[in-house]
Amino acid sequence: MAELVYNEQGRLLFTEEMKREYTLLMPQMLPVHFTMLKEIFELHGYKIDLLTTNHRGIVDEGLKYVHNDTCYPALLVIGQLIDAVKSGKYDPHKIGLLITQTGGGCRASNYIHLLRKALHRAGYDYIPVVSVNLSGLEKNPGFSLDFKKIRQMAYAMIYGDLIVLMANQCRPYEIIEGETDRRIEKWVRRLTDEFKGKGSFKTEHIRENFNRIVDDFASIPLNRVPKVKVGIVGEIYIKYAPLGNNNLEEFLRSEDCEPVVPGVTDFIIFKANNRVEDHKLYGGKLLTYIGAGFLEWYIKRLQGYMIAAVKRYPEFRPPCTFDHLKKLAGEYLGYGNKMGEGWLLTGEMLELIDSGINNIVCTQPFGCLPNHVVGKGMIRKIKNNLPQANIVAIDYDPGATRINQENRIKLMLANARMAQGDRPRETKTQAKSSDDTKRAVNT
Amino acid sequence: MRIGIDIGSTTVKVVLLDDRDEIIFKTYERHMSKVREKTAEMLAMLGLKLSGSEVQVAVTGSAGLGVAKAANLEFVQEVFATAGAVERFYPSTDVVVELGGEDAKIIFFTGGLEERMNGSCAGGTGAFIDQMATLLNVTPDELNTLSEKYEKLYSIASRCGVFAKTDIQPLLNQGARKEDIAASIFQAVVNQTISGLAQGREIKGNVLFLGGPLFFLSGLRKRFVETLKLTPEEAVFPDNADVFVAVGAGVYAGNIAPMEFDEVLRRIQNASAVKNTTNTLPPLFKSKEEYEEFTARHNANRPPEVDADGYRGDAYLGVDAGSTTTKLVLITPDGGLLYTYYASNGGNPVAVVLEQLKEIYRRFGDRVTIKGSAATGYGEDLVKNAFNIDNGLVETVAHYRAAAHFNPKVDFIIDIGGQDMKCFKIRNRAIDSILLNEACSSGCGSFIETFAKALGYSIADFAKLGLFAEKPVDLGSRCTVFMNSSVKQAQKEGAGVDDISAGLSISIVKNAIYKVIRASSPSELGRHIVVQGGTFLNDAVLRSFELELGTEVTRPTIAGIMGAYGAALYARSLHLEKSGILGLEELEKFSHTAKSSQCGLCGNNCHLTINTFSGGRRFISGNRCERPLGKGKNTGMPNLMKWKYDYLRSLSGGENHRGRIGLPFALNMLENLPFWYTFFTRLGFEVVLSPESSRALYSYGQHTIPSDTVCYPAKIIHGHIEKLLEMDVDAIFYPCLPYNFDEGKGDNHYNCPVVAYYPELIEANVSGLKKVRYLNPYFGMHRPRDFAKKAADYFGEMFGIPAGEVKSASRAAFKAYDAYCSILHERGERIIEEARKNGNQIIVLAGRPYHADPEINHGIDSLIASFGLAVVTEDALAYKQPRRPVHVLNQWTYHSRLYCASDYVNTQPDMQLVQLVSFGCGIDAITTDEVRSILEEGGKLYTQLKIDEINNLAAVRIRIRSLLAAIEARREGEN
Repeated sequence: MAELVYNEQGRLLFTEEMKREYTLLMPQMLPVHFTMLKEIFELHGYKIDLLTTNHRGIVDEGLKYVHNDTCYPALLVIGQLIDAVKSGKYDPHKIGLLITQTGGGCRASNYIHLLRKALHRAGYDYIPVVSVNLSGLEKNPGFSLDFKKIRQMAYAMIYGDLIVLMANQCRPYEIIEGETDRRIEKWVRRLTDEFKGKGSFKTEHIRENFNRIVDDFASIPLNRVPKVKVGIVGEIYIKYAPLGNNNLEEFLRSEDCEPVVPGVTDFIIFKANNRVEDHKLYGGKLLTYIGAGFLEWYIKRLQGYMIAAVKRYPEFRPPCTFDHLKKLAGEYLGYGNKMGEGWLLTGEMLELIDSGINNIVCTQPFGCLPNHVVGKGMIRKIKNNLPQANIVAIDYDPGATRINQENRIKLMLANARMAQGDRPRETKTQAKSSDDTKRAVNT
Repeated sequence: MRIGIDIGSTTVKVVLLDDRDEIIFKTYERHMSKVREKTAEMLAMLGLKLSGSEVQVAVTGSAGLGVAKAANLEFVQEVFATAGAVERFYPSTDVVVELGGEDAKIIFFTGGLEERMNGSCAGGTGAFIDQMATLLNVTPDELNTLSEKYEKLYSIASRCGVFAKTDIQPLLNQGARKEDIAASIFQAVVNQTISGLAQGREIKGNVLFLGGPLFFLSGLRKRFVETLKLTPEEAVFPDNADVFVAVGAGVYAGNIAPMEFDEVLRRIQNASAVKNTTNTLPPLFKSKEEYEEFTARHNANRPPEVDADGYRGDAYLGVDAGSTTTKLVLITPDGGLLYTYYASNGGNPVAVVLEQLKEIYRRFGDRVTIKGSAATGYGEDLVKNAFNIDNGLVETVAHYRAAAHFNPKVDFIIDIGGQDMKCFKIRNRAIDSILLNEACSSGCGSFIETFAKALGYSIADFAKLGLFAEKPVDLGSRCTVFMNSSVKQAQKEGAGVDDISAGLSISIVKNAIYKVIRASSPSELGRHIVVQGGTFLNDAVLRSFELELGTEVTRPTIAGIMGAYGAALYARSLHLEKSGILGLEELEKFSHTAKSSQCGLCGNNCHLTINTFSGGRRFISGNRCERPLGKGKNTGMPNLMKWKYDYLRSLSGGENHRGRIGLPFALNMLENLPFWYTFFTRLGFEVVLSPESSRALYSYGQHTIPSDTVCYPAKIIHGHIEKLLEMDVDAIFYPCLPYNFDEGKGDNHYNCPVVAYYPELIEANVSGLKKVRYLNPYFGMHRPRDFAKKAADYFGEMFGIPAGEVKSASRAAFKAYDAYCSILHERGERIIEEARKNGNQIIVLAGRPYHADPEINHGIDSLIASFGLAVVTEDALAYKQPRRPVHVLNQWTYHSRLYCASDYVNTQPDMQLVQLVSFGCGIDAITTDEVRSILEEGGKLYTQLKIDEINNLAAVRIRIRSLLAAIEARREGEN
């Protein structure tokens, strides 16, 4: 058993020794992306277990150890970790917990503290909690994010986005069931294998990979029957995690819809862009401005390649550029609106409608503070300006029953089908987004 | 032939239509949670007529989906079905308002079809009305009749039945007229429909009213028509409003392939045999033996035996006038029970006590001498004044006295009553950390009772059913409203009444433990737990509690009357020669009249109820302070919160050179006003403040609120902005401030997301702003020099003001803000000194600067001062203490002050902290735990007051009085 070492503030550290002996548990959010993250961490010598549990017990543990008025994602993430600790699957003296920390003005930044409180109350003070953040918040001798790891993680996110983007457009139409999922598995394995080797970050290579991924998914035999496309936006955890949104994507597919889920790349650029905008609004260190500006530019460039790769197949919908999203959102909110998903959430709704996807589920934890403004608060204005918008806001919390949520979504779908009946499906979707792509490629 | 089936949360509606969509047959019945059986039964009635023929069938309704799936029939979403029928029968309709058992819907037809349903909230629905009728002890029909004779309307919170109850209960206890309350309940439903559902879209034009409640309740219809100002032609109440949605389904069925009627019936009948409940829990008792052992153990905790019929001697009387029930006990000096009474007060505790006192005199005559009497509970003051009872005590103390009688070592008490739950720890024989359920009554008895009634059982029978249920349903542990939908889901999946009964008991317990107490293990509660309150007489609840905690607890046999018992014990300790309570003769002549009026002595405009009793005794309730009682003017206790409000309110005016600039007097603008006032007056603007907040102001802007779950301080801004629009201003200034002043007390200095970005929400939702210049730029208050530069750019562009002028105004503004902080600190210092000189305790009323608004704090500051306590605020103390380590991310300026102020309170023996928390404040979910832990570290008591749009001060009184009692007990303990 590793020795327990504390820092000056009394925080339990994750030591070198622990790195060798311990397994780090990691909560699930984006199944494809996080699987790659796990692999990357393992490459660097960590033992990682990505939690895929999804049962009522998780919520109960959360309710037990987290203040019940705290936002639902905190309750779930912490509930999932505590549930795993208690499951008997692990030696509690040989595990640590991984959790992300953003440091924004939303209460979500408190997850790590709430998790420690929960561990304390459950009698697991000896389990170290490791913060994964890019703000240099909490440091641990046995865990560090160097440039190489960060770069790999960033690529994992972008690759993940591309894979999910393609998969979402194939799965509802696939002729051979399971074909899409098999390709996902194949690419996740292949890309993580690649991280082990050298030279995998060359631009040419990345572009080639993007093309190969798109080619591969585009070769899946599909039966393109018309389906209602439904965009999903919202608070990041609830938007992506099946545990958080009661398997929303699966539900939509079972209703014969194609879920359209904007990727996480924009969120990463958004976070970098926030620092740039903050500097413009309030002043501050020039270095931060330049650093963040560079990061923004760098990821936007990668996003451009990704869009170009998809664009080669007109039957697939490429993501739009970050700059386009930002321009759309600017009509509604200031760029200083950055807490939680900030203006990005409104931007995503606008972009979906702009590209012909009028049906949107706006997901949020019950009482989510930023979403009062950027989600529910903007819907009326969007509907006034864009009467074709068909948006339903759904709240998620431990007490909200699935039947209620699904009933509301069904109402939105009934409207969607009615609107679709009036107006036959248009090809506007592709025409519009290819404009964006052109611009992206040219930059 | 077409059949439309609408299966709602409480009823099933079946209609048979001919090919022209004319109704041939209709039926409407409550399904008592036997969804599939009932549907099959109702459909079978059509068998004679339809057997052998082909029909088109569609199912709709919130509980219809499950049935349709199981029976493989076509399902149509209910709002969609309604819209179809409206287009078919009432094509000139502009808006449909449909209220159902648990659903409420609005469909807008003109200006873009839009359909809105209630979300996770069932406020303003039939279930809400049922619940309120139960509370008044009348049927919904009687409620309707009552409402027709109303004279005035009270404001009753409409968002959730729970809040409404807390509004209604004090009204009842204070003797308000039932007629007025009945109409007010309907008004609350109307308000909820307008604010919660319409969310800003105006309900006008031809309005079609549908659904059971609107069909059956004329009083409700009247409130709608009056509030919406509809002409008789515009308000349409169709004859088939009760089954309209089923008709919609029938119309929809016209597009579906026909099938044999017998096949339809067979499918539904077969579906009703399927039983699969997904989430179930282990049974409460495995065997009869286990149950018997359990009851034997608990029945051992009883008061001493006494022969009531033969007893002669002294006795003590205790009265507990609770929220829904009234309890009385008469005890012998050793605690033996001579007489007990426990029953619902039917909304009039005075009448109940009168009857019972007469009964006591009749039964015991001269045999006993009442040597002392005491009253407790919500109606304590009323009852005490009515009958000249010797003394009163706060209910927490009464419960503790009673619990200690059975278990002197008691260290944790939980009392679950009709609609309130109290639990508290006992530390050093003083009450500590009181937890009350203020925002939620889901863990309480009246919930089970309402449910039992809705399912057609008495509460006792319903509870018994649960004891031996094989598969209790897991209903989760949140608010009543959510539980209703969980039950709906369980019903849909075919759970039996016994499983639901057991599930409800378990839910109540989980709510108490995890929501109210928020304990993670029984050892956290205490080692000697006493449970009491009527709800624990329900063995299923008691058993669930023990199972959930994994420990045995003490439940006295008199669990239901512990408050009264404690009061009687207290009466005994008064050591009086003889009680002053009214004698039989006086009781015979007793009379009681209640009259309502409004106090106009200050801006709070309290609704007063003036009770007059025979003999000229008077009791006024509903007041926040002493002024309307005529006992001197004010207690004169210094109150910094009030000072702060008055001071900030005075900051308006200035000469108008460049124009009139309007500022909303709400949220962070309150604290930042010294800054902006100086800034704008320096620039030659006249500063115009929005009017003072009030309930009416809130209603005025209510229609533009997009998210109803945001906090009240944010929601009320809509009213401020709407009013500013009428005040002839040249521009409205309401900036976005993600960053607050950096006071160096935390890792960062943010504002919360709502404070930071609400100006943008206002811009997007208040359409009137298009008529005025609305300025909501981003600024950073944390960097004065950058602020000056950015402001110079902005105001240069907007008003052409030279940069130098803006920069100098901004320097003056920062100075003015600093000066304000100094005055505030100084004032606080003076109040503390004065209080110390007079030997008064000091309460730090901590929250946010905008809690100084009397409409938001509901006069809690004055209430506290009326107990002889000096009131200071957290922003006047935080500067005294350096930044302290905390267990949470400390990154919001307002919240960092809470931590420092708490830390400071720990160093001051004569100070206690009371935290104000706005309902819906997500960030306070974090701060409250931390403030509590800081205070407990310092051995202080933690008191939290949750505030919302409701203005019931009864719960606040309990806490403040318990706090005072605890301070007293601690002081005695020290001596």
